[in-house]
Amino acid sequence: MSLLALPSLFIFVTFAVVPLFGVVVLSFTKWDGIGDILPNGVDSWRVVLADPMTWHALGLTLTIMVASWLVQTPLCLLLGTFIAGHQRYRSVLAVLFFLPLLLSSAAIAIAFKSLLDPNFGLGAGLHLPILNQDWLGVDLAFPVVIGVIAWQFIPFHTLLYQGGVRQIPVQLYEAAEIDGAGRIQQFFTITLPQLKYTVITSSTLMLVGSLTYFDLVFVMTEGGPGNATRILPLDMYIRGFKANQMGAASVLAVFLVVLGLAMALGVQRLGGKDKAASQLEGM
Amino acid sequence: MTSPFNLSRRGLLAAGAGVAAASLAGCGTSSTTSSSSGSADLSKVKATMWGLSGKPNEQILTNSVAAFNKLGKGNVEVTFFQNDAYKQKIRTAVGAGEAPALIYGWGGGILKGYADAGQVLDLTSWVNGQSAWKSKFVDATWGAGTINDKIFAVPTNNTQPIVMYYNTKLFDQVGASIPTTWDDVLKLVDTFNSKGIAPFSLGGGSKWTSMMWMEYLFDRIGGPTVFSNIFAGKKDSWGDESAMKAYKMVQDLVAANGFIKGFNTVTADSNADLALLYTGKAAMMLHGGWAYGAMKSAQPDFVKNSLKFSLFPSISGGKGDPKAVVGNPANYWSISAKASADEQAVAKAWLTEGMFSEADVDAFIASGGVPVVKVAKDKVTTSADKDFLSFIYSSITAAPTFQQSWDQALSATQAEALLNNISQLFSKQIGPDQFASNLNATI
Repeated sequence: MSLLALPSLFIFVTFAVVPLFGVVVLSFTKWDGIGDILPNGVDSWRVVLADPMTWHALGLTLTIMVASWLVQTPLCLLLGTFIAGHQRYRSVLAVLFFLPLLLSSAAIAIAFKSLLDPNFGLGAGLHLPILNQDWLGVDLAFPVVIGVIAWQFIPFHTLLYQGGVRQIPVQLYEAAEIDGAGRIQQFFTITLPQLKYTVITSSTLMLVGSLTYFDLVFVMTEGGPGNATRILPLDMYIRGFKANQMGAASVLAVFLVVLGLAMALGVQRLGGKDKAASQLEGM
Repeated sequence: MTSPFNLSRRGLLAAGAGVAAASLAGCGTSSTTSSSSGSADLSKVKATMWGLSGKPNEQILTNSVAAFNKLGKGNVEVTFFQNDAYKQKIRTAVGAGEAPALIYGWGGGILKGYADAGQVLDLTSWVNGQSAWKSKFVDATWGAGTINDKIFAVPTNNTQPIVMYYNTKLFDQVGASIPTTWDDVLKLVDTFNSKGIAPFSLGGGSKWTSMMWMEYLFDRIGGPTVFSNIFAGKKDSWGDESAMKAYKMVQDLVAANGFIKGFNTVTADSNADLALLYTGKAAMMLHGGWAYGAMKSAQPDFVKNSLKFSLFPSISGGKGDPKAVVGNPANYWSISAKASADEQAVAKAWLTEGMFSEADVDAFIASGGVPVVKVAKDKVTTSADKDFLSFIYSSITAAPTFQQSWDQALSATQAEALLNNISQLFSKQIGPDQFASNLNATI
């Protein structure tokens, strides 16, 4: 039976472990992408660690991570709980909420870029001066990017919470109602605690996922204006494929892998060590 | 809880992934290697070619290739990419040894990278062996395709100096005339702003667009030596006195709202910057010679009735010759060293017999460009766009220097740092001193 795991193991090793190893090796070399690969010791590491750009990009990535979590989690929780109800109008709304899930990141980025264009965008089209801001300019670009990311990913996490809420035994709510608990109290004493593992799953995906945001930001701003939205994965790409410094780009890649692993393990730990602990004791 | 159902489903998923992986691996390489030797029948051989999408050159190239393919001397298969996307993709492809047989480029620093890595064919003896064909081209255009006295690329397309474009409708509206000096420019900025019209259109999001301003300011203030010092790798040359003055002038122009609102997010890929000029949102624009053809495709009436053009204005006290131009002397075709001998033969046949056929030259001129062949000289005077084309032709022949665009002349590493810092300079995230020290570090 365990033989059945071999194909997936093979794919995992070929497409995840081998490239990872390759990146670690490349980080100790100098390579412009087309010439010879020359070993250069820890030079790339020294350059990257001394470059203020690295820390700027890391700062932006961590900010995106925290801000995304803070924006998305409460909204997803509420939306998920809301559409977990079986009323028909909620199902209709749910379909609308899930629309962004159907679009690719590139399509979303291009659409928002056009809508937010200061000269030909929504503001100019509708003649609404309030919409006519320089949305992707130096000051607003970063918050706007966080907003668009939220727009894209809230449906997915809402789906997770909807599933989570529907798993909660209805008896808990019936009992609470008999005890005289109101809706808000039910939410905080039943729904939220019962969703503990959903919160952990969703948070892991959100936090680790925010390390790899790339396509959306790349298409929308290319890291600009200046470096206002140059997050770490984008910095890695620009160094590797625009400046042709594969060594330095590989250092950043190693950085991202370590950060991502640490984050995933850290969030899982928050859930407590006793994985087998039941949340439905006495049911 | 391990039910057989669960396991079999997982197995199914793994199998599905296996199929996906196999098909992925399948699309990695697609080079056809028909290994017949010598001057065999090439009519069945396919040589791949990557070109740039966008009007009007995409259509001209498509037609040119189609005409060549009918000659029975092989088939060229062309695929088109957007400008910025192409620049990345071609490098990755060349690095991976999967470049098309015909590689499109701009000569200069990037071509040198390919040549150094032995990825493009040394064409020196082949080109020099056909002197009649070689002399068809405007002589000066071979320069950027030549690295260390060896020819690695053949010029193509139009010569593209960067010039000033004006929307005369807006000039008439405010009663202003075309600027000839930098002081005129500054006055016009105030005039247009006071009427609620943006003075200059700029696709600052694309960065190389802002770079065109720097190229001219450097040249007009300090002459061609300012950049040639940088190109030669002279220490601290980004901190040159004239250069420092140019940085300040840029930031002054930005501070005076010289560029359209939100210019930092306007991109040139979609020609949004051109649209700003021809839709009357901005009055002036500094852009490459290709912008004329692109605007003609988009808005023929505007080009016919309300478009004027001139060289970059002079700057009082500047050392540079106001007749000097910057831009792209030409585009270039190189032949991949990794292509099979047959594919290379077809590629060469296309260069000599397909490219710049009579129909091609006429099409280039009809689209509003000056192709880099000598026959263009007489043809431009009778074309529908003779005003613009004669202006371009006389500008490049009268220019004491034709500086190649910086991002193409410099190495990719330097070019990236340059573009990144230019974007920060224009968005006022850094000042002149910081700009100079950031770039001096790349020399």
